[in-house]
Amino acid sequence: MSDPVLSLQGVHTDIAQYHILRGVDLEVPAGGVTMLLGRNGVGKTTTLRTIMGLWRAKEGRVVFRGEDIAALPTPAIARRGIGFVPEDMGIFSDLSVEENMTLAAVSGPIDAERLDWLQSVFPPLRTFWKKEAGTLSGGQKQMLSVARAMIEKRRLYLIDEPTKGLAPAIVATLAGALRALKQEGASILLVEQNFSVAKALGDTCAVMDDGRVVWAGEMATLAGDTALQERLMGLSMESA
Amino acid sequence: MLTRLISGDRPRSIVLTIILLAILIGLALAPFLFPGIRSLETAARICIFIVLVASYDLMLGYGGIVSFAHTMFFGMGAYGVALASVHMGRGFDALIVGTLAGAVAAAVLALLIGLFSLRVRAIFFAMITLAVASAVAVLVSQLSSLTGGEDGLNYQIPRALTPAFKFADGRLFDVSLNGKLLNYYLVFFSALILFLLLLRIVNSPFGRVLQAIRENDFRAEAIGYRVVYYRTAATCISAAVAAIAGSLFAIWLRYVGPDTTLSFEIMIDILLMVVIGGMGTMYGAVIGAAVFIIAQNYLQELMAVAASATAKVPVLPLFFDPDRWLLWLGVLFVLSVYFFPTGIVGRLRQGR
Amino acid sequence: MTAAPDHAPTITGLSTWQRMQRHLPLLLVPLLVVVGYLAIPATSSWLTLTVSGLAMGMMIFIMASGLTLVFGLMDVINFGHGAFISVGAFVGVSILLALGSLTGAPSLALNIAAVLVAVAGAMAATAVMGWIFERVIVKPVYGAHLKQILVTMGGLIIVEQLILIVWGPDEIFFSRPEMLKGAITFAGAAIEKYRLLAVGFGLVLFLAMIWVLRSTKIGLIVRAGVQNGEMVEALGYRLRIVFVAVFIAGSALAGLGGVMWALYQEVITAHMGQEMMVLVFIVVIIGGLGSVEGCFIGALLVGLLQNYVGFIEPKVALISNIGLLVLILMWRPQGMLPVVKAK
Repeated sequence: MSDPVLSLQGVHTDIAQYHILRGVDLEVPAGGVTMLLGRNGVGKTTTLRTIMGLWRAKEGRVVFRGEDIAALPTPAIARRGIGFVPEDMGIFSDLSVEENMTLAAVSGPIDAERLDWLQSVFPPLRTFWKKEAGTLSGGQKQMLSVARAMIEKRRLYLIDEPTKGLAPAIVATLAGALRALKQEGASILLVEQNFSVAKALGDTCAVMDDGRVVWAGEMATLAGDTALQERLMGLSMESA
Repeated sequence: MLTRLISGDRPRSIVLTIILLAILIGLALAPFLFPGIRSLETAARICIFIVLVASYDLMLGYGGIVSFAHTMFFGMGAYGVALASVHMGRGFDALIVGTLAGAVAAAVLALLIGLFSLRVRAIFFAMITLAVASAVAVLVSQLSSLTGGEDGLNYQIPRALTPAFKFADGRLFDVSLNGKLLNYYLVFFSALILFLLLLRIVNSPFGRVLQAIRENDFRAEAIGYRVVYYRTAATCISAAVAAIAGSLFAIWLRYVGPDTTLSFEIMIDILLMVVIGGMGTMYGAVIGAAVFIIAQNYLQELMAVAASATAKVPVLPLFFDPDRWLLWLGVLFVLSVYFFPTGIVGRLRQGR
Repeated sequence: MTAAPDHAPTITGLSTWQRMQRHLPLLLVPLLVVVGYLAIPATSSWLTLTVSGLAMGMMIFIMASGLTLVFGLMDVINFGHGAFISVGAFVGVSILLALGSLTGAPSLALNIAAVLVAVAGAMAATAVMGWIFERVIVKPVYGAHLKQILVTMGGLIIVEQLILIVWGPDEIFFSRPEMLKGAITFAGAAIEKYRLLAVGFGLVLFLAMIWVLRSTKIGLIVRAGVQNGEMVEALGYRLRIVFVAVFIAGSALAGLGGVMWALYQEVITAHMGQEMMVLVFIVVIIGGLGSVEGCFIGALLVGLLQNYVGFIEPKVALISNIGLLVLILMWRPQGMLPVVKAK
């Protein structure tokens, strides 16, 4: 496999006095979807936020395309081509859908063709284009959040539990969008609890426990080994 | 016994202990050690401001709440005594009624402000107290038929507390034993009792919860403490004690006016004393008040000297004009908040 | 490309009534004007008071708008904001006094030119001062409210004292430029020309501000930043720079408000900023911290109320604003148009 687009080496992160990440080693191969799995509270969200620089790694390296970005300010990290969909979606609820999207197009006006495509992938964004984002339903907000990250081509997408609490139809829509991103050649690091989505989308996967990556490999290997799942996550994903 | 009196809150530094003892003895024996009207005035002022600043520290240093209405509470106590003395005639009953009324009114007003602003966010409190305090100050100067307006009120206090009253042989160690002396000891012992009371409060379980809230109000709430309740209670206690300090001031001065009790400059003085002495230590109030008031008495003289010394240099004398002392206090204040946030007490404890 | 999914998109939640409720505060200003009409016997005095109340409200709004945005963006509360008001007034008035030949001439064009020069000078001075203030006083205490309050208050004291050193301890009296003096008579009511000008100018400024916030990218960044600054940074915008820019703009606006207030009062003192801060805080709180529209409505309410009550019972005018504050907070504890914070 080619060089990873992103690699974390021995990353430690504290939040207040709590030591959350305890030496994370993680690689995201270029052009693939990497699933970040693990139980609640093991540090998945913290890992994504540390990559974005929203929380600071106190130790270790975060290497993006050959450059250590651990000490860069968040906007500089984003400008290197990383799109971020946070766990809470990060919607600007007083702004309209249009304004949310306009803001996400960092480097200039929105590309009309790409917007047209996104609106056909996520039809509510067309229907409610002028509406305040705060009035959208949960699923529509999630679409907006993902679409916002996609409005410009990025090299890497960090996506935190996009399918949480969503209806199956919307999950399918999101999964389709992520596949389209992959076809574009982007890399994705995806935190996901929904196993069927993980299995369908993931190329590689990393499992975290207690602030570390405890297992990394091909998604297919993990998916086919129930005993391994049991050992890593304390439950079989098939039954989850 | 002594440890119990100070609620087990030892100074925790030898130098600090010596300074505190020196201040205690100095104030206790002030009429005999430093005879003269001016030094007695200074000593009484220090006693009163120790209580005022300590009560403010309960809010700021222990509760983590900034209030700009502390002089308002102070003034409510002072005007309580003044109004009672004017309307009920001279007498101890007027002093007691005035003090109690002032303290209760201050606590009630603090409760109202607290419930209104602390419920939403602590930062509202600072803004709202600023607004309310200045509105009250304007009101006091406008309602001149009641408050005497800008001129303030003069009134009579019981004869036993005035210089006209002599007792015993009239002199002891060359100090005349008169009502003024009794008045001073009324102030001194009241201040001492109030200070020990505050010390007890901050070392009680209530005080510990307050400090936990100051450190992390979110967590305190999560553990199950009603943050608003504790903060409001601290505000009420603080306001009532400030009002009593105001009453003592009114009894001592036999005069109240907006400048001496309500002005924003006193508020700034209080802030400075807390910060210089050390926030959240109580003993900081003692040192802050003593150092500040003594310095204030001499700072202006010092500046006058500096101004005349630099008279030939252009512009510079303007900065040393004695009227500009607030400039230097402002600079001192900002620098202490940045570089010296634990104040004198904090430094002494560190260097132990 | 992926096919559209087959689920029916729906708008959830808000009914028409709930939407109306959100914008209910907009009705308060006309409501107060009507109440004033009923409470004040003579229509002509009511008209005079309404205009001067609106003028005062506009000026308070100009002073307060920067403060509310600065708080919304970075959670920074600047108790020293009043210093910019005073400095703006002193610089502006000094320029006006120096331009005596322009202000004394009976020509509207020359008068306006003098005022514009004074305004530009005052705004430039307070903008520079805001930049310094942000660097020296505010920046070291980000994220610590307690220290922020103390330090910015200290900054206010220092600036006030510096004003006294530069301009001397006495208040400065002056008079408005020739053509801005006097009043016009309308429907039996005498309305000062300057107040009309202030109302017009304030309105234009408010609309311009709303336009910037709604229709420009920097405005979008500011509005989004008030709600969720972290996400704005994660999109790639340097919020810190935006914040400094807003801080500087807010300081310049406070300076502008100071000049306008000085022209309104025709006297300036070093304490004027501190006195105005009381009204500014009330306005910012009842408007909802971080909301420019709320700040505007709040400022008009305070200005009108102060004038109506001042006419009916002068002694309670300042207290009436505290009453307004209490009523609004009982109705909406976060202020009239609270900003929805992400966290």
